Amino acid sequence: MTVQTTVAAPPRQSALSLRDRDRILSIASPIGLLLIWEIAARTGLIDTRFFPAPSSILALLIEMLRSGELLLHTAASLRRLAFGIVIGGIPALVLGIVMGLNRTIRALVDPIIAATYPIPKSSILPLALLVFGLGEGSKIFMVAIGVFFPVAINATTGVLEINKIYLDVGRNYKASRWSMFWTIALPGALPVIMTGFKLGIGIGLILIAIAEMIGAKSGLGFLIWSAWETFAVEQMYVGLFMIALIGFVLTVALNELERFIIPWKAS
Amino acid sequence: MSIGAVNLRPVENASAAARPAIRIRDLTKTFGDLVAVDHVSLDIAPGEFFMIVGPSGCGKTTLLRILAGLETASSGTIEIDVPAGSQQPDNAMVFQGDSIFPWMTVWQNAAYGLRMRKVPARTIRDVVGHYLDRTGLTRFADYYPHQLSGGMRQRVAIARAFANDPHILLMDEPFSALDAQNKLLLQEELLHIWEEHKKTVVFITHSVDEAVLLGDRVMVMTAQPGRLKQFVPVALARPRNIMELQGAPEYGELVQRIWTSLRDEVQRAREIEDKAEIGAKR
Repeated sequence: MTVQTTVAAPPRQSALSLRDRDRILSIASPIGLLLIWEIAARTGLIDTRFFPAPSSILALLIEMLRSGELLLHTAASLRRLAFGIVIGGIPALVLGIVMGLNRTIRALVDPIIAATYPIPKSSILPLALLVFGLGEGSKIFMVAIGVFFPVAINATTGVLEINKIYLDVGRNYKASRWSMFWTIALPGALPVIMTGFKLGIGIGLILIAIAEMIGAKSGLGFLIWSAWETFAVEQMYVGLFMIALIGFVLTVALNELERFIIPWKAS
Repeated sequence: MSIGAVNLRPVENASAAARPAIRIRDLTKTFGDLVAVDHVSLDIAPGEFFMIVGPSGCGKTTLLRILAGLETASSGTIEIDVPAGSQQPDNAMVFQGDSIFPWMTVWQNAAYGLRMRKVPARTIRDVVGHYLDRTGLTRFADYYPHQLSGGMRQRVAIARAFANDPHILLMDEPFSALDAQNKLLLQEELLHIWEEHKKTVVFITHSVDEAVLLGDRVMVMTAQPGRLKQFVPVALARPRNIMELQGAPEYGELVQRIWTSLRDEVQRAREIEDKAEIGAKR
């Protein structure tokens, strides 16, 4: 009589191979999609007037990089984004933390934020154009307004959610108001504030694309809009690709920044 | 002299030994209709390791928070003696549960009180170094709290309080969240560190064992409203060895005595709690 035994693979090894498999799949799926797109475009399965082949988009992207045109537009958008983040983010950070710490100011400002927050930010664009004109001002303002709300709201929430025991410790050790802010309120709320900045920058990217479509002479939004006006579809895709790339790079960079400035956050 | 808040009484060194370090008279604290602390009067001697036991909800934490200046009493007076011209803070508290800042390293946490007092950097380095050494944390100075066990985090809280060099140390069930072995280790370490300077300690616990092992005197409080029920002096020799002490006959007698006094109160606290629960369900 023979006894058959089946030996199960060690669980650790199988878990690792599962992770490797996932990684390969996650790289393969976008490449696969591009390949199908390319084949479909070349065989005439899809209308290349609307969906040009990826290879032709790439060719144009390289050409526009060489001429410096693409960098010019990308730099214009990035600069507006950067100014908007600073101009919207810093006051939001200060106001949000103060609201978290001070009940009176919270009672005063909270209703104003609650009333204005639900307004779709893109609908303020005409007003921004009216007030700040067609120049840089209106674009930076749009980004700033997009960054302001999530940062302010998260900073308030972050401070309010700080465990009361830490504030007791601060008082027991006679921390001054200033020290309470710098050693407890700010670091205590930082993880939630960081989430607010991530959200806000995402919204800022949406808004800068919209703002640049109207009355702008540069920027990726302008690039996309002028492509529609001249029916240069490949150029439109180059613009879309660049915006997606900026979004991706910013997400990765913010995650790295978070690891650096919040080293105490358990991974 | 203000009513409700802690009054610091500057005294000349010569007379300090004869008077109590902390004088509490008719201290009452109410929260709305609830009487948390009811006319408590007591004197705590300089260098005394004073224990408070009582059932949960008896107002012992409230009493400690008033001493810490985190709450004000509704009526009554508290006086804490401080040597005239002293730069030391009057108290430092070790809180129940995690109270060390997650965003600071062990070293930064231990240095917090001194940094708030703007003590020169070199002094901070020496003092913090000393207490991290005494609590066995030197190796972990650059660790963040989330990298430490619960016992180690509470060691940091103790180092932070001692490093601040207060006149009195307030401890609010500092070991209640720890497992039995860790608790024993930390109790021993606390006694060792305390032996160095013999600061006045007010220590809250719900464990009768802990009260006898650590204290010079035990105050038993009644269930709500929190009143003083009884003082039990603990005349056990120091320095104490916790393991040896637990086998000693005097130790057993004291635990017995305090527990007898406390048991009725715990029973009563449970009845009050049950009643509140029935009330809430209606």
